[in-house]
Amino acid sequence: MSSNATESRFLPRLLMSPAVVTLLIWMLVPLGMTIYFSLIRYNLMSPEISGFAGWENYDFFITNPAFMDSVFNTLILLGSVVIITVGFGLAIALLINSPFPGQSFVRILLISPFFVMPTVNALLWKHMMMNPIYGVFAQISGFFGLEPIDWLTEIPLGSIIIMLSWQWMPFACLIFITALQSMDREQLEASRMDGATYFQQLRFLYLPHMARSIAVVIMIEVIFLLSVFAEIFTTTSGGPGTESTNLAFLIFQEALMNFDVGAASAGAIFAIILANVVAIILIRMIGKNLDN
Amino acid sequence: MKISKYDWNALFVTRTVASWLVAFIVFFPLLFLMVTAFKTELQAIAVPSLWVFEPTLENFTEVQERSDYMRFAMNSLITSVVSTILGLIIAVPSAYSFAFSPTIQTKNIMVWMLSTKFMPAVGALLPVYLLFQWVGLLDSQIALIIVFTMSNLPIMVWMLYSNFKDIPHEILEASRMDGASLWEEFRHVLLPLAMGGMASTGLLCLVLSWNEAFWALNLTSANAGTLAVLVASYSSPEGLFWAKLSAASLMAIGPIIVFGWFSQKQLVQGLTFGAVK
Repeated sequence: MSSNATESRFLPRLLMSPAVVTLLIWMLVPLGMTIYFSLIRYNLMSPEISGFAGWENYDFFITNPAFMDSVFNTLILLGSVVIITVGFGLAIALLINSPFPGQSFVRILLISPFFVMPTVNALLWKHMMMNPIYGVFAQISGFFGLEPIDWLTEIPLGSIIIMLSWQWMPFACLIFITALQSMDREQLEASRMDGATYFQQLRFLYLPHMARSIAVVIMIEVIFLLSVFAEIFTTTSGGPGTESTNLAFLIFQEALMNFDVGAASAGAIFAIILANVVAIILIRMIGKNLDN
Repeated sequence: MKISKYDWNALFVTRTVASWLVAFIVFFPLLFLMVTAFKTELQAIAVPSLWVFEPTLENFTEVQERSDYMRFAMNSLITSVVSTILGLIIAVPSAYSFAFSPTIQTKNIMVWMLSTKFMPAVGALLPVYLLFQWVGLLDSQIALIIVFTMSNLPIMVWMLYSNFKDIPHEILEASRMDGASLWEEFRHVLLPLAMGGMASTGLLCLVLSWNEAFWALNLTSANAGTLAVLVASYSSPEGLFWAKLSAASLMAIGPIIVFGWFSQKQLVQGLTFGAVK
């Protein structure tokens, strides 16, 4: 009997160990190395400078004027895209929820941007949509007799937000459409009989039903949006100045353009701290909805 | 007698038109890309944009000749498929263990797993880059497969877990009572029931790996570069090679978009993380 009990505890542990062990290595080794690098002088361009640096790298990174800008940009980017995609995603999901001619085709058109890779997304918007001379937006403003906007120079962060929203709105929409399909039809019918308006239905029936899906969408989007890289890399390169530099891109610049491994590692530690602060706030805010 | 299955009142017509309009606006950038890929470079930058012209396939042949499209496509295919299969092999047993033999630590372990996703990739870039350099795996498919597998693993475990949890315990216990081995239980009881969830988990990871750009751009180039890297190489500063850029882009996203269209219903089932009951 006792061997049976041991076995029943042993087997589940054995089964989970590959995932736990590999993830632990994947997390601890880079984290340990990053912490170590952040405490030493390590510049690939000047290998003669070495030794223990203490807080020097942190000090260097945090006093860089670009640092606060990049933290601010990271949070603006995150907040805007989440609000835009959840808002539009919900509205569109509600709009196309009940059957109409061509519903499944409309659905396929709507979700397509989710399958577009970041580099294509960025180049497509940079050149064909936002180019101030030949781009579609310039043509539209020309049609209305307005001055074309040089999107990537005048509102670089806004342009990146548009690209990312275009990519993630379909994802939100896809999940909301699925959630809407499981709405209780009889309950909706009963509320209509009782004279509920559409907004009352929205407030008291649709939104509570959608709460968990909204939580899931926010969670996943935050994970991917905290470390946006390719869209910035292929369009603005963080500029002009630091206007579209997020924390991920700033660290990339330190590491691979200035070859300063020490400062980049200190930056990475800040990025990890920021991500965890956001994660804790997020789990506090929406954790109730994720609990079973 | 029923004439139409729809009730053609004013509200319905407005809603239908609005839905089509929204779908057209969202899809428009992709439509523009697809059309531009069949233009000559001069036609591509014409203002106002041309919608009627004689299509050419020249751009596609040129992309293949100039930058060896097939090599990049094979890299994308191999890294995304292998990392997805590898991820499933690692994630399924642990999700099974979390779902069917939960302990007091289960929830903490799962939250920890997800928290590794909160560590920005750029935070791990230098160490991972240096490690791969030391073992000589920079610009190799193996490096990308390892990275893709590890970065998808937490999401896979979560998706599989929420799927497995919907399967009644009793069914598995009954098969165990009948003397089924773990493998038999998995093969004949769990697998048929969880097929949908595993398929959607695999599909999502396939899409995520195919489209992954951060690690691909930083760890690979000519040898093991994926299609995301190929497209980035068409980012000319002047940006006046729209036709070739469009052709390269279309060749990069075509396979995964068509794949996504066919699998969207399946894909979304697991994506809801049990949010939809």
